[in-house]
Formats: sequence, structure tokens, C-alpha cells
Amino acid sequence: MALEEMRQPIESGCPDGFQYMHPVMRKNFGQWKYHEHPRPGVLRHVAHSGDEIWTVKAGTQRILDLFTLRKLTEIGDKYGEGYVRFTIRSNIEYMVADEAKVQPLIDALEEAGFVVGGTANSVAMISHTQGWLHCDIPGTDASGVVKAMMDELIDEFKNCNMPNRVHITTSCCQINCGGQGDIAINVQHTKPPKIAHDLVANVCERPSVVARCPVAAIRPAMVNGKPSLEVDEKKCICCGACFPPCPPMQINDPEHTKLAIWVGGNHSNARGKPTFQKLVAAGIPNNPPRWPEATAIVKQILRTYKEDAKDWERINDWIERIGWPRFFEKTGLPFTKYHIDNWRGARASLNASTHIRF
Amino acid sequence: MAKKIHDTPMLDELEKGPWPSFISGFKRLRDQHPDPRINETVGSLLGQLEHSYETRKGYWKGGTVSVFGYGGGIIPRFSEVADAFPESKEFHTLRVQPPAGNYYTTDMLNQLANSWEKYGSGLITFHGQTGNIMFIGTTTENTQHFFDEINEYGWDLGGAGPCVRTAMSCVGAARCEQSCANEHAIQRWLVNNFTDDVHRPALPYKFKFKVSGCPNDCQNAIERSDFAVIGTWRDDMKIDQDEVKKFIEAKGRQYVIDNVITRCPTQCMTLNDDDTLDVNNHDCVRCMHCLNVMNKALSPGDDKGVTILIGGKRTLKIGDLMGTVIVPFKKLETEEDYESLVELAEEVIDFFAENALEHERTGEMIERIGLVNFLEGIGVEVDPHMVNNPRQSSYVRMDGWDEEAEKWFARKAEQAAG
Ligand code: HEM
Ligand code: SF4
Ligand code: SF4
Ligand code: SF4
Ligand code: SF4
Repeated sequence: MALEEMRQPIESGCPDGFQYMHPVMRKNFGQWKYHEHPRPGVLRHVAHSGDEIWTVKAGTQRILDLFTLRKLTEIGDKYGEGYVRFTIRSNIEYMVADEAKVQPLIDALEEAGFVVGGTANSVAMISHTQGWLHCDIPGTDASGVVKAMMDELIDEFKNCNMPNRVHITTSCCQINCGGQGDIAINVQHTKPPKIAHDLVANVCERPSVVARCPVAAIRPAMVNGKPSLEVDEKKCICCGACFPPCPPMQINDPEHTKLAIWVGGNHSNARGKPTFQKLVAAGIPNNPPRWPEATAIVKQILRTYKEDAKDWERINDWIERIGWPRFFEKTGLPFTKYHIDNWRGARASLNASTHIRF
Repeated sequence: MAKKIHDTPMLDELEKGPWPSFISGFKRLRDQHPDPRINETVGSLLGQLEHSYETRKGYWKGGTVSVFGYGGGIIPRFSEVADAFPESKEFHTLRVQPPAGNYYTTDMLNQLANSWEKYGSGLITFHGQTGNIMFIGTTTENTQHFFDEINEYGWDLGGAGPCVRTAMSCVGAARCEQSCANEHAIQRWLVNNFTDDVHRPALPYKFKFKVSGCPNDCQNAIERSDFAVIGTWRDDMKIDQDEVKKFIEAKGRQYVIDNVITRCPTQCMTLNDDDTLDVNNHDCVRCMHCLNVMNKALSPGDDKGVTILIGGKRTLKIGDLMGTVIVPFKKLETEEDYESLVELAEEVIDFFAENALEHERTGEMIERIGLVNFLEGIGVEVDPHMVNNPRQSSYVRMDGWDEEAEKWFARKAEQAAG
């Protein structure tokens, strides 16, 4: 097509959400007084005006096919009031002004196989990335890991009876699109990249690959008479950062790409300041289709947290109270030399006191 | 039937169990959708995904695809195993910006579904981790057609590559009593001022805005965005003493002591003998804990505004960073207030564009050059709210002390004069 026939885009950017908002929410914007949690998966918000809005939250498979999306909208039309939103963990929320619609809406969602819950002190929907389905650098799948885990955690999603909410995230490479979580299940490579030297000269911009490495382990080299790259394997931390800019630096390995579990990441400012997650377990096999080893450790951590934490303690609050030695003792997870940080700022993570719990 | 059905013994395992199965959804498209473009693409995709499961490897590579007039917004995907799975050999994802707050009518969702049915694989996600609606799987040609169609009724692409990215905000004032800001207005004022930087990647690296209406930060803005805007208030929180009494009656005194009073990070709450509650509002750090627990009794004050933190990011390359306070408090009421917010964002992005190294995020740049150089670059004065504690190392040259102290007193005098 000739250039002049091409349609110019309308650069409208982010659309106005008000046009899609339930009229009760539009009317009471900024005027809400309090909310209640009448049952798992349901919220009742009350405005200063006395108006109410009821929310029914449901978990889905996140990667929606057209049939599933249309089922969700059909339920919204038939049992709801035609207004929905999606949470950042990809749950769907139906908003209705009429309390009488809540139970039929729940029934219709459950009848169609969706899972009502995910509010308050639940194990919320695991947030996930793209994985083998549609990323170009993944060490594992994303949707499959989450499906397999949610099958096992569904009661915690439906019942909301943890000490506080639990946000679980997954990431399928060490870039970690998944972000911080109370529990994070992330890819951890254990061997340096294998280099397809024949391809490097054609596909990789060598200086930018060299610059990408966090530990300066890569240098340009001639291999078999061709310009390529070389990795100092003693320095390499197997992070995979060289792989996206240079796919011949093959970091993914069916055997040596493993999973690691991190805990205590918390975005909220409630009580303490926001916290980063910390390593607790690694060397976990990347074992499709159901990743049972990773799920077992997650469940073990959750069980211990549920038994031991006080009301309102997130996982990081709980560990801060009981201390890391007791965390490892209670969960039965091994403490190894790999738990002791040696990255920049690591000194701040050492115990420079006599504060010791016995 | 000509259509090739690949065996998927491993993926079939993901149809078991009570949680909704994406694999069952894919199979519905393969087996029940009448359009060969959809059923064949998804059939082939299932084959490639099974191959990934069996070999534990991914088989997509990137490339260059964009729509006319834009440089980003599409994630190109070409199959490395197209010989075995030819119908999904091109499987690009369009990133489309959601409305502020992620609200939709069912009618609009159906309209988007109908457009996607015409041009795509039939797979959609609400939303990706950055916040885009992800329309997953289409060819280079249909990328353009699909975009042209939805762009006509109000939808635009988000960012991909080194550019300003799609922004996100929490549910906020539309449905949350904790909200201290109009998250939706903030998001749109900010990101829609930079549409050129969203669509034509030309920054050193990505730049993200995220907005939360209060310090609960449901949007994960502090850690997950370069420019986090968080609602807060600076007058006294509101205490409804009748509701306090009711709460104590319902839950017991001990519960309030154990779950509210002793959990306050600055120990600024007192439960009196007559079951009223006092808060020393100067010591309160607006952490939200007590407001979350005693939701009916305690509410944010009236003098609302936002705190702005800069530089949050994930692991690559120097490790995870939280954003740092740059603006402790800013009113956002008038048009001028919003304009000055946008001006600050422009300063930050201009400075980032000029000073960051290639592939360096804002937070990493600040780490490299130091916060003070960054503040001077964007024209913001130092403030003790920006630090946890003052410097503890004496290894610094301080011969400008008198001048700097003068500046502080001059600023204080100016503030006092109003
Ligand atoms: C090379 C190819 C990459 C691909 C295909 C990719 C793809 C994606 C996608 C699809 C998302 C969700 C986007 C959305 O909501 O629209 C995402 C989010 C994210 N990506 Fe990537 N990514 C890549 C590289 C990187 C790199 C190099 C980094 C970091 C250095 C990175 C960090 C992130 C982070 C932190 C998020 C989530 C952030 C948030 O919460 O906003 N990604 N990525
Ligand atoms: S975590 Fe890594 S592999 Fe997974 S989607 Fe993000 S960039 Fe791709
Ligand atoms: S894997 Fe990471 S540490 Fe190793 S060479 Fe690549 S970028 Fe450097
Ligand atoms: S961040 Fe605050 S205002 Fe926004 S939804 Fe969460 S609690 Fe409500
Ligand atoms: S908001 Fe936090 S800091 Fe302020 S009084 Fe409540 S618990 Fe204490």
C-alpha cells in the first residue's frame, strides 16, 4: 500500500475510565465512607450519601479465549448491571447497586466454573508473566505454573482466612516481570550461557551485550576466526541478562534452569515501609506440566505462616517478629551459604548486634 | 477434516483440577470456533506450547513489527519452529492502553472481542504486568487492521521498548474510602502528555508512571514505577469516637491493643480508659494500618494531596530499587496543580533522556550520579523527608556548607512569609 493511503493513527492515549464506570461509582466518586466484607469474594462499599455498591470478585484463567470472555460479559449482562473492572492480579470484578443481584451473580459465576473469592485475607490470584506461550526469553511457562498452583491453593482463595492477604507472583526469567510478592516463584539459572559462536557476529551488537552484564563477565573474542563473545565463567552469576540482546548466549537449559522461591516482598506502607522479597529456597526443578516440587514448598510456607502469624501480619511482618532462624526451623527449609548476600549493599543484611533469639 | 490436531499429553494435565484452565479455553477455540484462521492458529499454538513443555524451552523470537505512524506498542513474535507449527508462525501481541482504573462496560468488552475475532487468534489478557490489555497472537498484516479498527473507537497502543510505558492506577476514589486523590485524572494528565514518547521509543530505557490513591499502594507504584504518585493527607486523620466504641464492643479491648495500638509503627496512638482513641498526628506517618483495621472509625483527613517517589524498578541490572521521595507533599486540586505535576514529569524525563546511559533506568541513573545531582538537574530543593537518616560517612568535601545553610534558612523564611 502506498504511504499516503495508510491511515494515520489517532493518538488518543489512555481512555477516560469514567465513561465505563458504574453510575453509582461516578456519582459518589471520592465520597466513599467505609466498606465491609460480608463474605469471601464480596465487598460492600457505602458512600457518605448512603448509596451502596456491591462488588463480586472472581478468578479466571487470565489468558481468556473469546468464548470465556463472552461468557464473562454475558454473566455481567444477565446477572449484573453491565459494569466490570479487572484488578491488577487479573481478577474480574462485577459492580452492582442492588444487593439482591449478588447471590445470583455468584451462582452464575460458579456455575460457569469461575472462582469467587480473592478478597481480604485470601491467597490472591497469582500474578504471572508470559512464559513459553508468548515471550522470547522465558526459562519456564507462566500460565501453566499458575494454573497448577491455583488448583492447590483454591481453598485459600475462596475462604479468605489467612492472617493477612498473601500476594504470590511468578517470573519466568531473572528479569522478573512478576515483581515483588509475599511469595515469589522465579526462574534461577544455574549455569553460564552456552554460546552459539557461529551466530553471534550476525545477531548481536557486541558492545551493548558486553555492557549489559551486571558483573562484567563478557568480553569480545575471536572464536574460530569469527568475532564472537567470551564469558568468564568464574565471574558469571548466570543471570541471563545477556540473552535478550544476544539470543546466541543460550541461558535457558532444560536441566539447569531451576526455580527459586523468595518471601516477604510487600508493596504496602502499612506498618513497616515497603520491603523486598528474600531468598528462601532454590534448586527446585523446572518440572512441567504441574511443577509439584515448587507447589509443595509454597504450601509448606503458607501452612507455617497460617499457623504461626498473628492477625494482620503479612509474611514479612511475621518473619520480622519471629526472626529468620525460626523461619527456617519452622518451615524445615535448609539455610545455606547461598542465603548470605554478597551483592552491593550486602553488609546491611548482616546481623551486627547481639540480637539473637533462643 | 484438514485441520491438524497435535497431541498434547502434557498440556492435557493442565485441564485437570478446579481452577479455570487456559488450555481448555484454547481447545474450545481450536475445536469450536468456525473461523479457520482462529481454530488453525490456536491448534498450531497448542502444538508449539506442548513442544515447549516437552523440551523445556521457548521457541519465539522477536523482530520488528509496528503499525503505521508508530514505532512501538507491538511485541513481535516469530516462531523458531514454524516448519512444524506453520499456522502460528507469526504470533504478535498488541499492547493496548486500558482506561484509567481498568473499568469496562460489558458492551465495550464485547465490541473489543468482536474486533479481535475478525483479526486475531481470539486470546486476550486483562492485563499484562505493566497494565496493557494484551491481544495475544496475530499476523503482521492483521496487526495494522485490528489497530485501525479499535483506534477508531477510542483505543490506542501502549508502550514497548525504551519509551514511556502504559500507566496504571488503583481502583481509587471510584470505590475506595481510603483514596486521597483523583488517580484517574493523575494517570491521564501524566501519560497522555507523553503520547509521543509512548509511541516512538527514543529514551535510554523504559519509563513508567503508576498511581495509588493512598499509602496502601495497591498499585505497587513505589517499587514498580519510575514515577510513583501516592495519595496522602497532612491534617489530622478523622476519628469517629462512636465507631471506635462500637469497634471495641464488637472486638474487645485486647484486640484493639494487640492489633491497632501496638502495631502503629510510630507508637502514636493512645487508647484511653473511656474507650476513646487519641492520635498524635505529628508522629503519624500515614502508614494506613489503623485505618485498614478500623475502617469505619478512622479516615484520612481533609487536606489531601500526593507524595511523589522516583526510581522504582526490578532486578536488572544493579538489583531491585524502591522509589525515593522527591516531593513529600503536593496539592492536586486546581488545573495549575496538575500542570505543575506534568512539568515535574517533563523535567524528570528530559533529565533522564539526557543523562541516563543506554538501558539504564531512572533509579539506576540516580544511584550512579547521586540523589543530589539528580535533584539539581530537575530543580528540586533538598528536603529531610527524602532520607531515612543523614549521611554517616565523613568522607565528603563540605566547603560549601555556609552557603547551603543560608539557602535552607532563606527557604524557611520564604515559606513562613507564605
Ligand atoms: C526481551 C524481551 C522482553 C519481553 C518480551 C518483555 C515482555 C514483557 C511483558 C509482555 C510485560 C507485561 C507488559 C504489559 O503489561 O503490557 C512485561 C513487564 C515487565 N517487564 Fe518485560 N519484557 C522483556 C524484557 C524485559 C527487561 C529487559 C526487563 C528489565 C530489565 C523487563 C522488566 C519488566 C518488568 C519489571 C515488567 C513489569 C513491570 C510492571 O509492573 O510494570 N522486561 N515485560
Ligand atoms: S519474566 Fe522474563 S521470560 Fe517471563 S515474560 Fe517477563 S521478560 Fe519474558
Ligand atoms: S549470564 Fe549474566 S553474568 Fe553471565 S555473562 Fe550473561 S549477563 Fe553476564
Ligand atoms: S491504594 Fe489506597 S486508595 Fe487505592 S485502592 Fe488501595 S486502599 Fe484504595
Ligand atoms: S496511620 Fe499508621 S502511623 Fe498513623 S496512627 Fe495509624 S498506625 Fe500509626
